[in-house]
Amino acid sequence: MRIKLDRTVCDGFGRCALHAPDYFSLDDWGYASLAGSNEVAPADESSVRRAIIECPVHAIVVLD
Amino acid sequence: MTESTITGAAHGTSKLLRVAAAPGIVPRLLREQTGREDLSEYLATGGYAPSPDLSALLQAVEASGLRGRGGAAFPFTRKVAAVRASRTAPVVLANGEEGEPASVKDRWLMRTRPHLVLDGVRLAVQLVGASHAVVYLSDEESERSIWQALEERPVDGYSVSVHRVEPTYIAGEETAAVRAVNGGPAKPTDKPPRPFEVGVGGQPTLVSNVETLANLPFLAARGVDEFRTYGTDGAPGTFLLTLGGAVTTPGLYEVALGTPLRDAVDQLGGNRGVIAGTLMGGYFAGLIGPRAEQLTLDYDSLSQAGSGLGCGAVSILGGDHCPVAVAADVMAYFGRENAGQCGSCFNGTAAMAGVLASLREGSADRTDVERLRRWGEVLPGRGACATLDGAANLARSLLLEFPDQVEGHLGTTCDVCGGAPQLKPFAMTMEPEGSRR
Repeated sequence: MRIKLDRTVCDGFGRCALHAPDYFSLDDWGYASLAGSNEVAPADESSVRRAIIECPVHAIVVLD
Repeated sequence: MTESTITGAAHGTSKLLRVAAAPGIVPRLLREQTGREDLSEYLATGGYAPSPDLSALLQAVEASGLRGRGGAAFPFTRKVAAVRASRTAPVVLANGEEGEPASVKDRWLMRTRPHLVLDGVRLAVQLVGASHAVVYLSDEESERSIWQALEERPVDGYSVSVHRVEPTYIAGEETAAVRAVNGGPAKPTDKPPRPFEVGVGGQPTLVSNVETLANLPFLAARGVDEFRTYGTDGAPGTFLLTLGGAVTTPGLYEVALGTPLRDAVDQLGGNRGVIAGTLMGGYFAGLIGPRAEQLTLDYDSLSQAGSGLGCGAVSILGGDHCPVAVAADVMAYFGRENAGQCGSCFNGTAAMAGVLASLREGSADRTDVERLRRWGEVLPGRGACATLDGAANLARSLLLEFPDQVEGHLGTTCDVCGGAPQLKPFAMTMEPEGSRR
C-alpha cells in the first residue's frame, strides 16, 4: 500500500502520529509530514488505515 | 555591451543596470542591440531554423547536459523523457513567472527576445510531441511582447496560449503554475503527482523555465559540441546571472557556468572591495560568507559548498550589509509571501522570522539561536513546495557562515544594521518599455 499525505490540507490534529508514529512525524506546531517512505509495510497497514480514518480533514489518502 | 532599462532597488534607490555578456563570451541568450527583438531581427540571427529530426534532437538534448535554469537545475533530458513516457498527449508549459525578487532574467528574455523563447517552445513541443503550449507569466510587458511575437509569426501545427497571474513568490513553482492554468489559485499542490504525470488539463506536462527553453534553438542549430564550449562537464553552457547588491554595476550578465564568482564581480559588477558574503539563488539558496569569493558559479560546486545557484541571481554583501539584517529581512519576506497552505511553512517561517527580528534588534538570547539552528535542520522537506526549504537554508547558512556576527548580536545591536527593515532586499525591477529614460 502506498499513501499520500497532503500537507496543504493537514490541520495539525496529530491523530496520524498517534496511530502510526513510524509513518507520520509532527513538527513543533503539530503539523504532519511523512516520516519516511510512503510505502506501507503489510504489517503496518492496520495502524495506517486507522490514521487515515481518524484524520478529521482527510489529509491522507491511499494511492494504491 | 548595452545599457538597459533594468533598475535595481537594492538600497532603496534606483540605478541603471547593465545587460552584457562576460568577457570572452559570445552571447547566446542576450543580444547586443537595445529594445525588443522583432521577427526580422530574430530570423536574421538564424532563428526558427528547420529543426533536426526528432531522434537527432532528442540525442542532442541528452548529450548537451542542459539543466533547468529555473532553480532546481534538473536535467532537461530527464524531464523530456518522463513526459514522453506517457501515453496521452502532453502539454508544454513555458514558465516565465519569475517570483524571485532578486532575479530579472525571465522578464528580460520575454520582453526583449520573445521569439527566442517561442523558438524554444517550438522545439520543446517537437521533443515531447505536444499539440499545445502555454506561456505562463505575471509580467504585463512580457505578455504583450509574447502576444506580439505570436502575431508576427503564428505557430503552425500546435497552439500556444498565454496565461498571466498576479506576481507572487510561489506562483512560479511548477505545481502552482499548473494549478493556475487549470483555473485554480497560483499556489503549489503537494506531490505526487508531479506535472510530468498529471499537469495542464490532466495531461502530462513539460514545465520548463523560459531560459532553459531559450537554450534549445542554439543547441538545435549549432549542435552539442558547440553548446558545450562554455560551462563545465556537469553544467554545460551559459546562464543569465542577475548580479546585485554591493557592486558598482548591478545587471544581467551572460556568463559561462563554472565562472569564478570573484571574476564575475570584478569583471562585470565592478568590484567595490571586499566581498563580505553572498545571498544565493535569489532568496532561495541562503547565505555564503567571505569564502564565497573562492567559489565558482555552477550547480555542482555550489551544491557541494552547501549552497546553490538556483535561478542564477546572486546578491553581493559588502561592508555596509549586516548578514543578520539581510537574513531577518529575507525571512520576514518568506513569512509574508509563503502560500499560507502548509502549517509547517507558515508557522516555521513566522517563527524563524521572529527569532531573526529579535536577533537583529539585540533582544535574542542563546536559546533563541538554538531554536533557529534546530528549525534550520528539521524543517526542510516539510512543505508541499520548496519555500520552507529556502527559509531553512537561510537560517542554517546564517548560523554556519556568520557565527561571529550572530554572536555579536546577542544582547546588543551592531553598527551596520541600524537601517529600516527592507521588504525586498536586493530586489530588481524592470521598467516598462514606455518609461525608458
